[in-house]
Amino acid sequence: MNPAYYLFLSAMLFTVGTIGVLVRRNAIVVFMCVELMLNAVNLTLVTFSRMNGRLDGQILAFFVMVVAAAEVVVGLSIIVAIFRTRRSASVDDASLLKW
Amino acid sequence: MLAALLQEPTTHTSAAEAVTFWILAPVALGSAIAMIFNRNAVHAALLLVANFFCLAVFYAVQEAPFLAAVQVIVYTGAIMVLFLFVLMLIGVDANESLRETIRGHRIASVVVGLGLAGVVVSALGRSLLDTGAVGLGEANTGGNVLSIAKLLFGEAPRDGDSYFLAFEMTSALLITAAVGSMVLTHRDRGTKKRSTQRELAIARFKGTHPTPLSGPGVYATSHREQEPALLPGGEALEGSAVPRVQDGDA
Repeated sequence: MNPAYYLFLSAMLFTVGTIGVLVRRNAIVVFMCVELMLNAVNLTLVTFSRMNGRLDGQILAFFVMVVAAAEVVVGLSIIVAIFRTRRSASVDDASLLKW
Repeated sequence: MLAALLQEPTTHTSAAEAVTFWILAPVALGSAIAMIFNRNAVHAALLLVANFFCLAVFYAVQEAPFLAAVQVIVYTGAIMVLFLFVLMLIGVDANESLRETIRGHRIASVVVGLGLAGVVVSALGRSLLDTGAVGLGEANTGGNVLSIAKLLFGEAPRDGDSYFLAFEMTSALLITAAVGSMVLTHRDRGTKKRSTQRELAIARFKGTHPTPLSGPGVYATSHREQEPALLPGGEALEGSAVPRVQDGDA
């Protein structure tokens, strides 16, 4: 088995995440799709780390996880704040700034 | 034998890894696809958990045991629980409308996604299929966690490029995120003054019912002694009312 297969898998997971972000309307599910994309990139980083024999890819994946944790905390609290004022978790309803 | 495999630069991987990959890759991809097409948000979250577990196994197989543990603990443990918590907070039945707001948007999204997949996969296939893997046997000497720690906290194996500063920055990032989420979800309760006991008493005597209401399960509508006790049917109980003292009776 070729280690590049992991990269193919990760590209497909990333694509699935992209389609999810584009198609879904529920803000939380959109957020989950973003998490899926981040994880796909993490798999790429780990695979590259192994292909090149250096640990920097793993460290970068670790940092991606840290940033993803912070992002989830802030993003979910934004969703909760929007839900409190507008009673909706749909990304279409938050359109006050729309031109 | 595993150590020998890890020692020399391997261009190809073991058969066990291939078996793991070909079993778990369809699971990972299938759970991801099922996640984006699942109407129920809780089911989507659980499918995402399954996907994250598959990725954790991939990390473990690819000589990254530390990241595999972090993936299980942080992602499936903390982040997905946070997702489920917010789902319950907002309401599970906050179902999304399936009406397309932009016509042809869904088809266009899928086409764009497939195009992206085609581009990335073909680029990878052209450039990387014959690369093979060096393997992390040398980099992981002394253990994966120890090597990562050395890279993170100084004592860099190469010319001074440790990730210590970036690591310290993440602590600032995390504390900012925690404070930010508290600010965003904080509801102001302290601005309205609580009324005092005196104001409450005045309001009660101005209202219609100065005395406390009867307790639950009591049929009477009043505590006065002159009112007869009421039977479950609603009729008065004979002899239960204290006769009213009229003027001049005494």
